[in-house]
Amino acid sequence: MQTFSVWQITRHIRGLLDEDGVLGGVWVQGEVSNLTKAASGHWYFTLKDAKAQLRCVMFRSAAQAVRLKVKVGDEILAQGRISVYEARGDYQLYVNHIKAVGGTGDLYRQFEALKAKLAAEGLFDPSRKAPIPDFPRQIGIVTSPTAAAYQDILNVLRRRFPLAKLILSPTPVQGKEAAVQIVKALQALNRRTKADVIILARGGGSMEDLWRFNDEGLARAVADSRIPVISGIGHEIDFTIADFAADLRAPTPSAAAELATPNQADLRMDLDRLTGQLDDLFDGGLANQRQALRQARQTLAYASPLNSIQQAQRQLRQGQSRLNRIIHQDTARLNEILSSRKKALEAANPASILARGYAAVRDEAGHLIRSASQVRRHQRLTVQLRDDHIRVKVEDQ
Amino acid sequence: MSDIEKLSYEEALRQLESIISELESGKLSLEESVDFYEQGQRLSAHCQALLEAAELKIQRVDDDSQP
Repeated sequence: MQTFSVWQITRHIRGLLDEDGVLGGVWVQGEVSNLTKAASGHWYFTLKDAKAQLRCVMFRSAAQAVRLKVKVGDEILAQGRISVYEARGDYQLYVNHIKAVGGTGDLYRQFEALKAKLAAEGLFDPSRKAPIPDFPRQIGIVTSPTAAAYQDILNVLRRRFPLAKLILSPTPVQGKEAAVQIVKALQALNRRTKADVIILARGGGSMEDLWRFNDEGLARAVADSRIPVISGIGHEIDFTIADFAADLRAPTPSAAAELATPNQADLRMDLDRLTGQLDDLFDGGLANQRQALRQARQTLAYASPLNSIQQAQRQLRQGQSRLNRIIHQDTARLNEILSSRKKALEAANPASILARGYAAVRDEAGHLIRSASQVRRHQRLTVQLRDDHIRVKVEDQ
Repeated sequence: MSDIEKLSYEEALRQLESIISELESGKLSLEESVDFYEQGQRLSAHCQALLEAAELKIQRVDDDSQP
């Protein structure tokens, strides 16, 4: 068994009422009772007839606009939406307009009768509502080009989405023939243009001013429009039959222009975001490719014959240096031997012996005298000294 | 590539989005991704230019010069 909190079930009930097509904008006739005009400016009262009562609240903004002197016991028509005041669990009528029941009472009954008839036909069914395109290239506008509402729409479109082309289908929006003219203007857009969306607009006015939009033919033309229609008629509080028939109801003409278009500022942000994403993705992709390339090069380097060549070169260099070392050592040893031999040779050189003060003695034939026994008395000899030789004569033996 | 000049904002934006999802897929060759990137940059510049140059054009439904 599912259980709800009080708040949950109250929200649910409120949701049911708020979604209801009839309760969203009704005219209710009844007698005023329990009227309290609070210091806050809000009005609280009850509407009753012989069989039932309906709680009503009228907020200050709406109550201020009421010119009628309302007092307990008056028979009035109240227009508004029915919803739930959650804190008290009351359903009540949130009143936007109050009218005296008099000559115009018939109009309100006509309004309700027409609305009920068309609703019964399914003309207002959500399933009939066409989606509003995100990016309209051409926007049809059905309104009076002399009205302030038209300028409001142009301002909004210039600011939000100047990429679109506007196609004005001009029509009077008040006066006896207005409804027929508006239908023609709608049909002209459908027949002759490729507009992606139509704004049907009229500035604020009295209920009587807006009455042309409570026309059966107009409601049907709006519902039958091949091109989706956004209605922006009067103010937030005004509901017309055309609003119910439109694919989307905007509270005002400016709001209709906003609902018809994306916002340029949002577009720029989206574009910046996408462009940044593009850059990031591309840079990221490039970085991946570079990384892959680095890895491939590393792998290739390991597998390369260059490696074994380098190793062979290294071995060769090592061999060479060993060889060099050995040769160097041998040379040094040979040099040592050579220099010791040289010294020995030096020592054996007769010139060097003479330099030390020895002398070589030769006979006249040049034979070396090695012993005293080889000479006779008075024999002539040659004595070889370091620098020169002298001739001597043996005196004695 | 010069066709980009003729694209509407919406078309150019859609193409830019699809290029981004192609790049995101990571299945492109280097050469392809360079092409896509350049294409994307051109689309982005085109969108930017459209926004900069945009000036609301207004005509009447009874004006026969419309497309």
